[in-house]
Amino acid sequence: MSVPVFMFFACAALAVLGAVLLIVVREPIHSALALILVMAALAVLYLLLGAEFIAAVQLMVYAGAIMVLFVFVIMLLNAGVEERTNKSLMAKYLGLPLAGFLVLDLAWWIAKSTAGKAELTASAVPAQASSTIELSRMLFKQYLFPFEATSILILIAMLGAVVLARRDS
Amino acid sequence: MNGVPIYYFLVLSAVLFGLGVVGFLFKRNIIALFMSIELMLNAVNLAFVAFSRALGKLDGQVFVFFVIVVAAAEAAVGLAIVINIAHNRQTLNVEQVDLLKF
Repeated sequence: MSVPVFMFFACAALAVLGAVLLIVVREPIHSALALILVMAALAVLYLLLGAEFIAAVQLMVYAGAIMVLFVFVIMLLNAGVEERTNKSLMAKYLGLPLAGFLVLDLAWWIAKSTAGKAELTASAVPAQASSTIELSRMLFKQYLFPFEATSILILIAMLGAVVLARRDS
Repeated sequence: MNGVPIYYFLVLSAVLFGLGVVGFLFKRNIIALFMSIELMLNAVNLAFVAFSRALGKLDGQVFVFFVIVVAAAEAAVGLAIVINIAHNRQTLNVEQVDLLKF
């Protein structure tokens, strides 16, 4: 097993472990920590795919800014243990197997429909010398208008968050 | 150089997306629901980057950039709404936030 393949399986295992933990733990703060684990593992996978810029953004914006926002709100609201619902038998005996079936079915069909494709089985395309330079060129030329539109989106979101979170309007 | 088949990444993306859906359906805490949505967005981002690598084009990475920006905006507004709900109804359990329930 070569080093990239080993890295892939290690990070994939960490990501799936984090996602499962996110679901099964009952404290929201533990869920947030599990999600940070998933995001860090995904950042390593992005590096493996030759997307350095996205890996850095993933760590800084997702694992950094967004998750800090989540943790901040969890602590602000003093969110404790999730209440158990009066467990219906249907959720237990029908819901859980169906949930497992959903996950496996998605994975199975993706694997089945992509495994045979030649361009997807071997990553034949060599990584570009510096994908970040090319990426920034695309971002500021071909995708300039969407890029500028996102700045307005961020501004509106900021105003919306301030207005919504204000006490007694 | 890189011997990992691209479809491994796609399968991992599908598994993570499925787990996000399961979390969204099973969790009761509204903040945990939000985190499940973030998990689904992350899974889709992984598929974007994997296809970008497979096809040798960088458009997928640009889309991931935009998805991250929109996710940041969504988290800011969504968490403001969560704070509002917590103040108005004194609970984070989505089953008790049923004003619009028929």
